[in-house]
Amino acid sequence: MSEGSQTIVDGKPHPSGDQRFRVLEATMKRHQYQPNSLIEVLHKAQELFGYLERDILLHIAHSLKLPPSQVYGVATFYHFFSLTPSGRHTCVVCMGTACFVKGAASLLSTVEQIAHIQAGETTQDGGLSLSTARCLGACGSAPAVVLDGQVVGYQTSENLGQQVTQMMDHPQSKVAT
Amino acid sequence: MDLQELQTLAEREQEILDAPCIRCCTVGGCLSANALAVKEQIEVEIATQDLNPPMQVRGVGCMGLCSRGPLVRLDPAGILYDQVTPEDAPELVHACHKTLQPHLPKALSNSSPLQPSTYQPRHHPFFTLQHPIVLENSGHIDPKEIKDYMAQKGYLALYQALYDMTPSDVIDQITQSGLRGRGGGGYPTGLKWSTVAKMPPGQKYVICNGDEGDPGAFMDRSVLESDPHRVLEGMAIAAYAVGANQGYIYIRGEYPLAINHLETALRQARKQGLLGSQIFESPFDFRIDIRIGAGAFVCGEETALMASIEGKRGLPHPRPPYPAESGLWGCPTLINNVETFANIAPIIRNGAEWFVGIGTDKSKGTKVFSLAGKIQNTGLIEVPMGTSLRQIVEQMGGGVLDGSAKAVQTGGPSGGCIPAHAFDTPVDYESLTRLGSIMGSGGMIVMDQATNMVDVARFFMEFCMEESCGKCVPCRAGTVQLYQLLTKICDGKARKEDLESLNQLCEMVKDTSLCGLGKSAPNPILSTLRFFKDEYLTLMHNEGSGDYHPP
Ligand SMILES: Cc1cc2nc3c(=O)[nH]c(=O)nc-3n(C[C@H](O)[C@H](O)[C@H](O)COP(=O)(O)O)c2cc1C
Ligand code: SF4
Ligand code: FES
Ligand code: FES
Repeated sequence: MSEGSQTIVDGKPHPSGDQRFRVLEATMKRHQYQPNSLIEVLHKAQELFGYLERDILLHIAHSLKLPPSQVYGVATFYHFFSLTPSGRHTCVVCMGTACFVKGAASLLSTVEQIAHIQAGETTQDGGLSLSTARCLGACGSAPAVVLDGQVVGYQTSENLGQQVTQMMDHPQSKVAT
Repeated sequence: MDLQELQTLAEREQEILDAPCIRCCTVGGCLSANALAVKEQIEVEIATQDLNPPMQVRGVGCMGLCSRGPLVRLDPAGILYDQVTPEDAPELVHACHKTLQPHLPKALSNSSPLQPSTYQPRHHPFFTLQHPIVLENSGHIDPKEIKDYMAQKGYLALYQALYDMTPSDVIDQITQSGLRGRGGGGYPTGLKWSTVAKMPPGQKYVICNGDEGDPGAFMDRSVLESDPHRVLEGMAIAAYAVGANQGYIYIRGEYPLAINHLETALRQARKQGLLGSQIFESPFDFRIDIRIGAGAFVCGEETALMASIEGKRGLPHPRPPYPAESGLWGCPTLINNVETFANIAPIIRNGAEWFVGIGTDKSKGTKVFSLAGKIQNTGLIEVPMGTSLRQIVEQMGGGVLDGSAKAVQTGGPSGGCIPAHAFDTPVDYESLTRLGSIMGSGGMIVMDQATNMVDVARFFMEFCMEESCGKCVPCRAGTVQLYQLLTKICDGKARKEDLESLNQLCEMVKDTSLCGLGKSAPNPILSTLRFFKDEYLTLMHNEGSGDYHPP
């Protein structure tokens, strides 16, 4: 298969003209539309679109010739996939054992109080999404948190609170950590 | 590539690797502590100070003492600097240069000279009590350079296997070495390999389990980030031994750097003809693909993992049939843990006898542990089997931050808590099982006196409840019941009779669940009940008195 399929994609371009569909199409083509590439394709789709919208799931189901129920079933089974858009900023608090014994629970409740949301939710204005992780593999610097994709260790309620407040005050810009 | 080429290349690279060099850890924990900026600033400093001869800088894998990162080491002197900041770069480069060229008096202005860490690798027990086999290259070579790996005799074992040994010779060596699976169960690796090898010829697969679902464990991440080629080489040797031509590495999506280093390693190995068709110009073909997990603890269980590779929900299915007979797409499949594969090349290179000489009677070799929790030195260690918990916690780990240790948790949600009074236990498969815990994959979490053990049990139960795939009732409903009972106890609302139900429910879930997740979910409760029963009792609601004893 030629690498040129990145630009000239077989089949119809997506009516919306959204370039991201071309990349998604190329990914599926690279896997020869094999049904067993579903998880790889979902990873790519989430990377491109940020989350897995209903229409995208249907599109993938159709392309890989899988029943939509199976695609939906897989997408909801794994924690990594999200069916709702996430906020402009993200905060993931590690709740693994090492972080837990070093007080991760109080970090989580601090953020919950500041943002007025529970883990797994996004603030009303879409500014911040809060979630938890089972272990980031950075247990050496427990308790650890991921802020906008950046792992930061040795968190205290105080400095995490400050950073989250700053995130909420600056909805657009990334916060330096 | 042939042997001659490999050896010439290895020798040339070895010289470069042994030359004076500043090594910066640029993975894992150090990276989240700004290690990349430190390395870049050191490079800038070397350029601006215009040193003669110029100094080498190398980005390397984990040096072990992750909690003191970013770490920088001057080799060959072996001087370690910890918690380095980019601002330290001028002093550091100056100090390193002076060590290498003591006759140069050039002094840097004003600031005081940078102090090396008190954890000198040649003197501190954290390092001196280790016996690196799996981690032998970690913190030494650049994981993104296949040449660095080759300089350390990389891919020599694969060559040896292909040209000097038959597949059954390879299996014999692994069997004689006594190596046991490092993914948790401790199943004899040689036996597993020979079962797959005995299956009729045809499509077979080799899978590397890099899911590392145990919270608090980061050994596999570290190996994959620091020395990915060692895992690829182990897989290729395994594939030759069992007759497979296709392999998969299943790795957590939460480990982007490990994925990145693996992808680089795969590309380089293919380019050098060490993976793909006709490896080392022999008739042996072997390809490896990466499959990225999507966050589900149960996917570490082998049958669930294979379902996930097939693009389905990661639901376990009953064994037998075992993967060795009917695994991925119904074909015979060999599945081993990252660390298990990482042990293969050295065993082939040095022989089974050598490996047998390390460790205890029934547990051979070394084990990598990730030491974390309420302890002075957290990080990655590799010790011979049989090392005592006391040595690990007190000498290597430097003890608990303030106060004393109460327990060590091993084996994650499938394991248990070992009380401080049993710290003289040697760490091997059997001794830990006798204490109601398990070796597990190697997560070791130290807990201090402030830790409430009932709370710990509830924490693990919550984890299992959330991660249960829901396929079978005992686990799906049982973990919820257990969690609620523990919550009731923690809230001081339980009576003594509830302890009896707790016990019974644990036994039931343990005996009737389908897969290892449910079967082992009660372990943290059972082990805390065994050693810390008084903590449960003090939380009991006293009938009639109306007294509540909240935690
Ligand atoms: C719930 C559950 C989770 C598991 N997670 C892992 C894991 O993350 N990594 C791993 O290597 N093995 C894990 N295992 C064990 C594997 O099923 C399997 O035994 C192992 O990969 C075999 O490799 P080994 O023989 O080299 O140890 C898990 C088992 C269960 C029941
Ligand atoms: S024991 Fe739990 S995780 Fe395993 S199959 Fe049953 S419900 Fe799923
Ligand atoms: S437990 Fe939080 S990073 Fe491992
Ligand atoms: S990650 Fe740098 S020492 Fe472990």
